[in-house]
Amino acid sequence: MRQDHLVAAGQLSRADVEGLLDRAAEFDAALAEGGGAALPARYPETVLALCFYEPSTRTKMSFETAMKRLGGRVVDMGSVDASSVSKGESLADTVRVIEGYADGLVLRHPREGAAKMAAEFVDVPVVNAGDGAGQHPSQTLLDLYTIREAAGLDDLTIGIVGDLKYGRTVHSLATALTEFDARMHFVSPESLQLPRSVRFDLHESGAQVREHTDLDEVLPELDVLYVTRIQRERFPDEDEYQKVAGEFKIDSDTLDAARDDLTVMHPLPRVDEIAPEIDDTDHAHYFEQAHNGVPVRMALLDQLLSNHE
Amino acid sequence: MSDHELRISKIRDGTVLDHLPGGSALHVLAMLGIDGSEGTGVSVAMNVPSGRLGGKDVVKIEERELSQAEVDVLSLIAPRATVNIVREYDVTEKKRVERPESVRGVLACPNSSCITNAGEPVETRFDVLDDGVRCGYCEEIIREGIADHLDVA
Ligand SMILES: [Zn+2]
Repeated sequence: MRQDHLVAAGQLSRADVEGLLDRAAEFDAALAEGGGAALPARYPETVLALCFYEPSTRTKMSFETAMKRLGGRVVDMGSVDASSVSKGESLADTVRVIEGYADGLVLRHPREGAAKMAAEFVDVPVVNAGDGAGQHPSQTLLDLYTIREAAGLDDLTIGIVGDLKYGRTVHSLATALTEFDARMHFVSPESLQLPRSVRFDLHESGAQVREHTDLDEVLPELDVLYVTRIQRERFPDEDEYQKVAGEFKIDSDTLDAARDDLTVMHPLPRVDEIAPEIDDTDHAHYFEQAHNGVPVRMALLDQLLSNHE
Repeated sequence: MSDHELRISKIRDGTVLDHLPGGSALHVLAMLGIDGSEGTGVSVAMNVPSGRLGGKDVVKIEERELSQAEVDVLSLIAPRATVNIVREYDVTEKKRVERPESVRGVLACPNSSCITNAGEPVETRFDVLDDGVRCGYCEEIIREGIADHLDVA
């Protein structure tokens, strides 16, 4: 990966992904062996700025942990209410100021395209940690890492279920999977199907894609079931929400029809999309997936910071 | 003498845009940032009968020669336009309308939560697709009614 920034999954070639995942596996092994002590401090003077305009404790903490495991430090913009954002400063100005403090910048922002714009204003590496309903490419890397460990990335049949319209993790994952030999099944209520831009990319890449409103149609074929949350606020009334939310809830009855080696994933946090009874089964890979955030983000930061040196 | 020439007299110097889609002339002027305040003559004929298009618009802009870049932007709403540059009553140059790879600062993104609609100091950029345009920031695709998204002062 030669880019200075990671703003969208479409930037990543298959070779980029494989390189990053291999590196992540090395970090993962080192962490498993001796925690941070097993790692040389690669970036002792490096400061990473965490700019989260939307709350996301986990993503933020995993970037923070990753930077610290690499021997670096973080500065945190803090919550948006307390910052100059509420005083009306533009994002373009804010990132240019922060560029003066830090060697890299992780941005979570409620508007689509925010990270892409930020990357045009600064020279330090920018990582998109979620832009509105747009993209979340570092999540995608850890999703791919988890998929590779559990099922492999070749000859893969994956079902992606839930809010496909606003789900940025879905958009990034679908885009990234076009680089691999994956059959993608998208399952959602009609009102939450994939947005036009993602469909366009999938079509352009010649990906094998099918769309469904009923999970039962495809569940038995799947190697991986990637579940996302359907947000209540996306629906005009509670009844409509209850109708669809119940339909995509995964419990042990649902999985009766699934293969024994089905891998169930979820970017977390979940509400009730996956029943707790699944947690102790071999299907459950979502906590592992969350755990993978640190080594994968270590690999990503390592790559971007060393590109930038 | 053809129909539209009867309606609009010849100009001495400037640009004649012909074969614009019927009803698009005002959008074309908006796209070019021409609103009459320039003080030079602008003639518009709308829905002139035309064998090729059914009804076409014609615009004559005096004392201004459109650049190739301006002409290319036209292609988004008038792909079959013909552009004649006139000097001393004669057509001295015919420009071809070609679809540009991208356009900057011409269209507003219809996605209300796009970063370009947040008061940031950034110019919109749209990549031109075979059958539409795509926001260079949020990746939203516009296929129909591109003229409705013109963002020109
Ligand atoms: Zn946009």
